[in-house]
Amino acid sequence: MSEPSPDTEARRIATEARDRARFEEDALALADQVYRVARRLVGSREEAEDLVQETYARAFRSWRSFTPGTNLRAWLLRILTNLNVDRGRKVQRTPQTQPLEETDYYLANKVASAAGEDALETDDVVERLSQDSIVNALSDIQPQFRDVVVLVDIGDFSYADAAQILDVPIGTVMSRLHRGRRALKQRLAEEALS
Amino acid sequence: MGAPCDRCEELLQDFLDRTLTDAEWREAEDHLGGCDYCRRRYRFEESLRRYVRTSSVERMPPGLMDKLAELRGLDATA
Repeated sequence: MSEPSPDTEARRIATEARDRARFEEDALALADQVYRVARRLVGSREEAEDLVQETYARAFRSWRSFTPGTNLRAWLLRILTNLNVDRGRKVQRTPQTQPLEETDYYLANKVASAAGEDALETDDVVERLSQDSIVNALSDIQPQFRDVVVLVDIGDFSYADAAQILDVPIGTVMSRLHRGRRALKQRLAEEALS
Repeated sequence: MGAPCDRCEELLQDFLDRTLTDAEWREAEDHLGGCDYCRRRYRFEESLRRYVRTSSVERMPPGLMDKLAELRGLDATA
């Protein structure tokens, strides 16, 4: 094979620089959404900031492995969730709490017995839950359930995207989502109504 | 609350996700049509989901975007 001419080489470099700049712009345009998910996956704002920076550092380094035309948001979130799993291993989080036995009406039933059936008809109770109570409740859920709830119910990802991001079958996403939502309601009941 | 309500509770998440079969959908609708107890709980669940979603519309901290922009051009070998 002959050496590329200096001309061809210069064109290749220019094309690559352009592709790279476009990739970086596209990725940065999603930063708000990436941060939003990060903020719900980790306990504090500082940790979320670190996690997003690590995610972008890795994304920018490995930009060539992104296939243009595929879902960039899902690709970034996949990096982020993997990094978060690694962090979790390092930090050795406190052991997770007891297995969940509660059902889907759990929180509503608690609300109804505290404030009456009519309370369920208004948004008052829901509005009384603070931002913090959601963050705290989420951080108490086992990570494998929390990740799915955050991706689907907050990040608006489809089951299929969430499955791709987390590298698990769709059926697993669905069963974790169901359990995760019930766990969230149980924690919210403890947070908000205790 | 009896067995039909237990069944309705089981269908709650898939009802809101719109992943029920037609038969299950009808089953839930028929029951909800005559049961205040379940109807209130479905409604509550809907507002809760909305809340969880909108509680998270938190903006990025100021300065983070600049930090991310500075990462551009990072070398794969760095």
